Amino acid sequence: MAALKDTTAIAGIGQTPFARRLPSSEKTLACQAILAALDDAGIPPSQVDAFASYTMEETDEVEIAKAIGAGDVTFFAKAGYGGGGSCATVAHLAAAIATGQATVGVAWRSRKRGSGPRPWRNTTAQLPTPAQWTRPYGLLRPVDEIAVLARRYMHEYGATRDHFCNVALACRNRAHQNPAAVMHDRPLTREAYMDARWISEPLCLFDNCLETDGALACVVVPADRARDCRHPPVYVHSAAQGLPAQHHGMVNYWNDDPLTGPSWTAARHLWKTADFGPEDVDVAQIYDAFTPLIPLSLEGYGFCGRGEGAAFTEGGALEPGGRLPLNTAGGGLSEAYVHGFNLINEGVRQLRGHSTAQVPGATTCLVTAGEGVPTSALLLRS
Amino acid sequence: MSPTPPMPSMDSTSSIMQGTTDNGLLAPWPDEDGAPFWEFAARGELRVQGCADCHRLRFPPRPCCPHCQSFGSEWRRMTGRGRIWSYAVPHPPLLPAYAELAPYNVVVVELAEAPHIRLVGNVVTASDAPLDSVDPALLRIGAPVRVAFAELAGGVTVPRWLLERP
Ligand SMILES: [Zn+2]
Repeated sequence: MAALKDTTAIAGIGQTPFARRLPSSEKTLACQAILAALDDAGIPPSQVDAFASYTMEETDEVEIAKAIGAGDVTFFAKAGYGGGGSCATVAHLAAAIATGQATVGVAWRSRKRGSGPRPWRNTTAQLPTPAQWTRPYGLLRPVDEIAVLARRYMHEYGATRDHFCNVALACRNRAHQNPAAVMHDRPLTREAYMDARWISEPLCLFDNCLETDGALACVVVPADRARDCRHPPVYVHSAAQGLPAQHHGMVNYWNDDPLTGPSWTAARHLWKTADFGPEDVDVAQIYDAFTPLIPLSLEGYGFCGRGEGAAFTEGGALEPGGRLPLNTAGGGLSEAYVHGFNLINEGVRQLRGHSTAQVPGATTCLVTAGEGVPTSALLLRS
Repeated sequence: MSPTPPMPSMDSTSSIMQGTTDNGLLAPWPDEDGAPFWEFAARGELRVQGCADCHRLRFPPRPCCPHCQSFGSEWRRMTGRGRIWSYAVPHPPLLPAYAELAPYNVVVVELAEAPHIRLVGNVVTASDAPLDSVDPALLRIGAPVRVAFAELAGGVTVPRWLLERP
């Protein structure tokens, strides 16, 4: 058991600029981010022998490998379910490296979501299931699907828009500290949040993540090799994916308890193999495509009890000095929305001590992928 | 397997194949497992797939029973009564036909006889009324509703929901 624990580490991280519109192609952005991550690690591209990305990634391993000058590649994998696959890319590389299938793995995500099309606008490629049960009625976008769960959550547990605003403000405030964040110089107030236009009631504009062009990558290697790289190793302490029994994706309306999502499943495995628990996590990077995912994830990963996630956000708990500083580079809500890969890189920066909103002495970080869809998560430690 | 109507016609000119109805709203795009639901809806019947062996209901429809793994299914008629489990009120940006109706409601209705079976739909003032015909301020979680069937412009019938106490 627990053969994965601390046997691999993230040795390099890289990223492109983030913007609503970047001129380069997704393929070019991917190569830039990957080469930056390898340079950060001090590892030549010719030594890369493993790749992992998302099933939604448009540039495949063949294109990446030949462009960056990778060597012979012996492991490549893709993780599904959009942003639910972010941490799984690192988890798959860690598993491959821990079992000797490869030695230098690259995970990446490149996306022109800012200037490209929205997947929900596609009417001709709608999947028969579950779209036949939802889209004819105008439940069209991910935000609509989450708005239904959010209203039920508010109804059951007394969560309010003020709680969702706490999440939006925490992310925006961290973006102000991060010059790379898209919303670095765009202040947000509680008043502006409350006055913002609706997108899908009960969710407003600021409950939604950004639409961003950009790419990120990281490099996973054996722990002993990471200790010889340029930066202190950030160990993959525990990793898990989560597909709960009778789960239905983001329209999880058809089981006994729709508000218990994939986080709960991933968390049970994550903590089972870890040497520490939720109370020992110094800083968290939690997937924030929509603000309600944060209270749901706080419950799922065990930072509070069922129904207590909204109240957890009160009193500055998600801010520096609070119980659990959140999304310290700004997250998907205010740094960039690149399917959650920016959360992985920020987790690494925190444990190197290099964040623009550094949590003093942080040695443990939880990184999560999309809640509400089959998900994944990582516990990182320095 | 008890009565399983054939798949709806999906020739290249049908609106189902095109994915939208004549007025631009999306039509249901049935798969093999879901097709009976739409066939029954066209007859004005709300039916849900159940297991022919252990008789438990399941939704969305699927090839076999997650409880006893039987491939036998039966389509059980529901009373069409339920309660609003939750709802959203979408605003633009939306697909053009929906943007014209926004803000409209999308509800999730839990069926009276099977609360874990929850159907997405719209609360309207009459079966043929538009999606925006009910003031969203009148909606409440827990409000009782009953089914009505609306034939869309493309000839497809979908369930809609009427407030029991408007
Ligand atoms: Zn059965």
